[in-house]
Amino acid sequence: MIRAQVIVRPRKSIFDPQGDAVCRAIQHLGVSAVKQAHVGKCIELELEGDNLDQARAQLETICRDLLSNPVIEDYVLTLQSGDKK
Amino acid sequence: MRWAVIQFPASNCDQDAYHVLKNVLAQEVDYVWHKDSSLNGADAVVLPGGFSYGDYLRCGAIARFSPIMPAVKEAAAQGKTVLGICNGFQILCEAGLLPGVLVRNASLHFRCETITARVENPGTRFTSEYLTGQVLHLPIAHGEGHYVADDATLEALFQNRQVLFTYCDAQGRTTPEANPNGSQRNIAGITNRAGNVLGLMPHPERASEKILGSDDGLGLFKSILASVKE
Repeated sequence: MIRAQVIVRPRKSIFDPQGDAVCRAIQHLGVSAVKQAHVGKCIELELEGDNLDQARAQLETICRDLLSNPVIEDYVLTLQSGDKK
Repeated sequence: MRWAVIQFPASNCDQDAYHVLKNVLAQEVDYVWHKDSSLNGADAVVLPGGFSYGDYLRCGAIARFSPIMPAVKEAAAQGKTVLGICNGFQILCEAGLLPGVLVRNASLHFRCETITARVENPGTRFTSEYLTGQVLHLPIAHGEGHYVADDATLEALFQNRQVLFTYCDAQGRTTPEANPNGSQRNIAGITNRAGNVLGLMPHPERASEKILGSDDGLGLFKSILASVKE
């Protein structure tokens, strides 16, 4: 078993209205130290097998073609053998 | 002319498109389920508005993997007319048939209202019934209509006259105030480079009969019909 985690977040160059709204809400909460917020997604996947290299190649395809849109988003992929958890 | 209106799970403007084509314009039109793999020889395809697959992940991101999409791509490659309205526009962008992507409205609000849009290029199969600068009254209903592309793509879109519609005020000025969703350069609708695939956020199919308050959208469908008769 391999566990993977994909963090998808808006590119810095793209205006992120959700992050902006969250940042303003934090100001309303009375915490003025927070100057920026970005809202993305966290996707967790479980894969059969234990070949990390093979899994990484498959996961890169999944990240690029489905989980993120490279026009507006970046992703960070981390994976580990499930039994090491 | 034979039309196919694709039905994805949670399409909700499919019947509006079907109605206009069938009952207003007396066209041959079939619904095509997203799990089908053939467009049954249709000359033109409509990807209707809605919230396909619940807009999960990103709008249109999952619909583009539907079994019908290879046939849509093939029709586009053959030069057939492909029209994506609202969610259909989002799907065409995700499928790579149109450049750029549609993201959350800058205001974060779902905008459901009648807007004014200007015709930027009447020299296409989608706009020949209109005049340059003509101001159309069309409904919008979307939360993710904010068009985004990189600078080079935007430049190319204008250079090649692929931008067919922009959001404008009643006088036809493309001001920031007239932009309902934050779209770059007020873009409301674009074609591919070949000019046979159009995506737009406003709903021409909901503005094709006077009784609905505007029939400004009918010209788009009539333009497509005229392009075939030529």
